[in-house]
Amino acid sequence: MQRIIRAGLAGAAILAAAASLHAQETRITGAGATFPYPIYSKWVLEYTTIRPNIQINYASIGSGGGIRQFSDKTVDFGATDGPMNDSQITAAGGTVLHIPTVLGSVVPVYEVPGVTQQLKFTGDVLAAIFLGQITKWNDSRIAAANPGVNLPDQDIVVVHRSDGSGTTYIWTDYLSKVSPDWQRRVGKGTAVNWPVGLGGQGNPGVASTVRRTPGAVGYVELIYARQNHIPYGLVRNRAGNYVEATLASTAAAAASAEFSPDTDFRVSITDAPGADAYPIASFTWLLLRQNMTLEPNKARSLIEFAWWATHGGQRYANGLDYGVLPAPVVRIIEARLRSITNAGRPVLAANYGGGRGR
Amino acid sequence: MRIVSRGDRLYRTGLTTLALLLPLLLFFIVSELVVGSLPAVKQFGLGFLTKSTWDPVAGQFGALPLIFGTIYSSLVAMVIAVPLALGAAIFLTEFAPRWLRTPVGTLIELLAGVPSVIYGLWGLFVLIPLQRDILWPILRPVLSWLPFFKGPFYGPSVLAGGTILAIMCLPYIAAVSREVLLAVPAPQREAALALGATRWEAVWTVVLPYGRAGIFGAIVLGLGRALGETMAVTMLIGNRHEISLSIVQPGYTIAAAVANEFAEAASSMHLSALVLAGLVLFVITVAVNACARWLIWRVARGSAVGSAAI
Repeated sequence: MQRIIRAGLAGAAILAAAASLHAQETRITGAGATFPYPIYSKWVLEYTTIRPNIQINYASIGSGGGIRQFSDKTVDFGATDGPMNDSQITAAGGTVLHIPTVLGSVVPVYEVPGVTQQLKFTGDVLAAIFLGQITKWNDSRIAAANPGVNLPDQDIVVVHRSDGSGTTYIWTDYLSKVSPDWQRRVGKGTAVNWPVGLGGQGNPGVASTVRRTPGAVGYVELIYARQNHIPYGLVRNRAGNYVEATLASTAAAAASAEFSPDTDFRVSITDAPGADAYPIASFTWLLLRQNMTLEPNKARSLIEFAWWATHGGQRYANGLDYGVLPAPVVRIIEARLRSITNAGRPVLAANYGGGRGR
Repeated sequence: MRIVSRGDRLYRTGLTTLALLLPLLLFFIVSELVVGSLPAVKQFGLGFLTKSTWDPVAGQFGALPLIFGTIYSSLVAMVIAVPLALGAAIFLTEFAPRWLRTPVGTLIELLAGVPSVIYGLWGLFVLIPLQRDILWPILRPVLSWLPFFKGPFYGPSVLAGGTILAIMCLPYIAAVSREVLLAVPAPQREAALALGATRWEAVWTVVLPYGRAGIFGAIVLGLGRALGETMAVTMLIGNRHEISLSIVQPGYTIAAAVANEFAEAASSMHLSALVLAGLVLFVITVAVNACARWLIWRVARGSAVGSAAI
């Protein structure tokens, strides 16, 4: 009996020591979008080597879940592919800052038997296909954009996302801009009432359904198309050029969009005006509260992480097929991060960023 | 007079608590569903069950295609699974040589152990190409005039979803039917054979009717699995909010819709609509089970075997 008591006390002592060691760590939790999950996990990994006491946990449960948990203050920061609307911000209680982190693009993927060239699409043709108005691959409107390509007399099978997603938000946002018909009948959102087509689960679901269905056309993030070697098409931008989605053309889309210094970044950069801009590109955002009420250590660690992510962390973006933030955007982000307060006091020092976080 | 020891009392209290936990859990699940779906009920009322538009952007949610798809795909699954499962059960009890019974029976029961996602993957890689590229070109000239086979066959469809559901329900129906058929007393069989029936006639006119209550219970067991199955269905059914009698067209089920849309449902009305759809599925499942139990009770009054198997 005495031995048991002694063993128990020893165990409790060890646990207490471990707990006190643990207590020196700062724990930050976040949840949200699945699209940037690869780069966010890379950032968490790299940041731990720079700041070992900070443990960041990001749960990629989807933009909707991220917004909800951020609103309920279950997590310290949120992440979303589609910006919060006004009613969601009101429900969150307090000013919400949208901090862009990386850029992504959405590309039209297709599986047309006999066609090996890269097809060209215009915005209104894409809208008409997804509205069910163009039903055959050899339709004159597709042929007009693709002279010299032998398009077969094959039914078009539209494939869209069955789950809600930021990818859908970017795609429908673009279609709403280029097609008044789409804007009226369907609109934009993370989940919409698709007029035609099959639903695939996630980017992999859409990609695999398109690959396996002759005559299919769908939309996926550029990363998935590249990593799975799926043929994707060029899209004509506002300047009239057929642009292929690359990291350069994605960055050009962000660079060509105009941002006023007091922008809240809830802007879409689809259908950007630049000559080399890819028209279906978008930011993905971190959600932070302007006036936080966290423990001071945690607040400072979180904002410093956000600073690092938008500065030093950008070097990891291209390697994972994400676009980097253009410099003017980063300057505005710096101003936003400096304006964040915790319990009334600014989190970052006024001169923060002079050479740090690189 | 019984001396109730402390240990006995503790034992009894403990077991009673555990036994009560399950209905309590059910009560909590139902109350969560009801509470979560109240906003949608207030907004849509009965229209939720009769309208067909599912539009998260406009905030309009009509679940009729989901309800139809759930019931229709389960029906297709039963049409495919019941003859196969019953046939397997009859074969195993009546016609199979003794050395074959255990291996085949075990293999059928192994089907129940395959995870749902694996079935979905197999459906994607094997079943859909088989149906679309080999089966359909043969059957189309013969069947496409029927309203059940109209339209182009892209692959993901109610047929594909129903087939995979059938394969998933088959082991349950077959295993329980086999138990029921084994429990038919030998004198019944022997009497039929003695009266000059062939083996097939003996099975069809005597053995099956004798066990019909239990077989019906087996079918309902399989149907219960089919109604709620999520992963394999959403990978194969096409995920399209549409009502169509044609089984080669894509469809949608409540379970698949909730699984797909719940994570990213941004608006609270969308969430509430999904919870309401879940409540509807719960009600359908309970109703099917209740109906079946009542029917079995009625049928079992006539035949002895099977009411014990339920």
